[in-house]
Amino acid sequence: MSFMGDLMNPAPLWHNGPSPGAFYSFPGNATSLRPTGHTVQDFRAHSATPITTTTTVIGLRFDKGCVLAADTLGSYGSLARFRDCNRLQKVNDLTLLGAGGDYADYQYLRDIIEQKIIDEQCIGDGLQLKPKSLHCWLTRVLYNKRSKMDPLWNNYVVAGVQDGEPFLGSVDKLGTAYEDATIATGLGAYMATPLLRDATEKGPLDEESAKALVRKCMEVLFYRDARSFPRYQLGVVTSAGVTVEEPVELKHDWSLAHMIHMK
Amino acid sequence: MASVLAPEIPAPGFSFENCQRNAFLDQKGFPAPKATKTGTTIVGIIYADGVILGADTRATENTVVSDKNCQKIHYLAGNMYCCGAGTAADTEMTTQTVASQLELQRLHTGRTVPVETAATLLKRMLFRYQGHIGAALVLGGVDRSGPHIYCIYPHGSVDKLPYATMGSGSLAAMAVFEARWKPDMSEEEGKKLVRDAIAAGIFNDLGSGSNVDLCVIRTTGPAQYLRTYEEANVKGKKQGSYRYPLGTTAVLRQRIIPLEVEAVSVRQVQPMDE
Repeated sequence: MSFMGDLMNPAPLWHNGPSPGAFYSFPGNATSLRPTGHTVQDFRAHSATPITTTTTVIGLRFDKGCVLAADTLGSYGSLARFRDCNRLQKVNDLTLLGAGGDYADYQYLRDIIEQKIIDEQCIGDGLQLKPKSLHCWLTRVLYNKRSKMDPLWNNYVVAGVQDGEPFLGSVDKLGTAYEDATIATGLGAYMATPLLRDATEKGPLDEESAKALVRKCMEVLFYRDARSFPRYQLGVVTSAGVTVEEPVELKHDWSLAHMIHMK
Repeated sequence: MASVLAPEIPAPGFSFENCQRNAFLDQKGFPAPKATKTGTTIVGIIYADGVILGADTRATENTVVSDKNCQKIHYLAGNMYCCGAGTAADTEMTTQTVASQLELQRLHTGRTVPVETAATLLKRMLFRYQGHIGAALVLGGVDRSGPHIYCIYPHGSVDKLPYATMGSGSLAAMAVFEARWKPDMSEEEGKKLVRDAIAAGIFNDLGSGSNVDLCVIRTTGPAQYLRTYEEANVKGKKQGSYRYPLGTTAVLRQRIIPLEVEAVSVRQVQPMDE
C-alpha cells in the first residue's frame, strides 16, 4: 500500500503537491523551466536567457546630485552587434534611469515608464514622479515578474534628487533593491566598485571630480571587460535638472604593449 | 619491483591508469574531493629599480577564515620571490620544490639564476599535472636582464607582464593598477600602489583580508621582505569591562566553616623509576 513505509523510504505525506526540495510548477502559471527553455503549450515566451545584452552601468553620488555612465554597445552573445544602444534615460526633471542586461526587456519597461510620464503630464497637477517612487515601483514590478519565473533580465540604476538630497539606488532582475553612494552593475561591480568606494570614503566629491572618476572607471572597464565599448554616455542629475550628454569616445592608452615580450 | 640498484624508470608521457577507476567511483557516488580554494589577492609590479610583490594574509576554508595571518609570498631564490593563490598546500609545496631546484642550478652554474628559469620549471611542472595542482602564482624577480614579473596559471600557461594580479581579489586589484600604473615609478609610489591594490582586494573581496605583505626586490642589493607592511584590519579595542569591582555586591552575612581533620595517616609509596 502506498501509505505504508519503512524507516528508509517513508511514505509521502501528500500527492499532487510540492515535494520537499524539488522544484514545483504551480498549475495555471508559467511552467517549469526545462533545458530546452520553452514549453509547447504556453506560447508566451519566458525569459530563459538574455539575447541582446548591455554591460555595466556606473552610478556615483556627489554633493549636489548624481552622475551615471553607460556605454552604448548591445552585444549579441560575443558579437558586438549594435553600437548605439542608448541606455541612460531622462525620466523627468528629477530622475535619471540607467539600465544594463537584456536590451529588449529594458525597451519594454522604458516605453511603459515614458507612458507613465505622459499620463502624469496629462493630469497636470504639478506633481512629478520622484526617484524613490520610481525605485520602489521598479522593485515591485521586477520582483513580481521573477516570482512568476519570467524575469525582466535587467539591472536598473535610479538616480535623482529628492527633498534636496541626492538619491542613488539599484534594482536587479530578482528584485534585489538597495541604495548606496556608489553603484556599479555587471563586471563594474568587481572592478569599478573598489575605485568608487575608495574615492567616496576619502571625502565629499564635487561634480567635476565625480565625472572625472566615472570616466576613469569607464576606461578601466574598457581595458578589462570583454563586452565593453569605447563609446559611452554620461548623465548628470542635480536639483537644477537632468542632462544626458551625447555619446563620447573614450581615451584609452595601449602604450604599455611594447613592454610585453615573452622573452 | 624497484630497488636501489635497478630503479624502475616510469614510462614517459601521461599515465591514464586510474581514469576508468575514477569515473566508476564518481558514477557510484564517490566523486573526487574538491580542493579548497583559499581566496586571495596577490599582485606584482615592475617599477624603476626592480619589482614589488604584494599579498593579503587571509587563508579560508570555504566561508571560514582558517589563518588570519598566513604568508603568501614564498622564497624562491635570493633574487626572486613568488606569491601564491589557489590551494595553499599546492602553492607552498610547488614553490619549495622549485626553490630547491633553483638552488641546485645556482650551485651548478655559479651564477644568479635568471627568473625565466623559475618560470619554466614552474610551468613545466604545472602542465604535467594538467591543472590538478591548484597553484596560481605571481613570480617576480630581478636578474642580469632586468626586473621581470610572470603570471603562472594552474594549467601551466605563463604571461609576462609589467603588472599582474591573481586570486579572487584580482579584479579589484587590477582596477587599481589599470587606473594608476605607469612605467618607471619611484619606490615610494610603487609601494603605495601595491598597498592600495591589496587594500582594494582586502576591503572589496570576501576571500581576502587581514594585513598587507610586501616584498621589494631591487636591481641592486638584497630583497626586502616587509612582513605585515600594514595592518589593515586591527581588532577593535574593548570599550568597557564586564569585571565588577570588589564590593559591587554587598556582603550581608559571613559564616566560616572550618574543615575538621579527623585522622592523619602516612603511607609509603614505591617510586616509579629507580
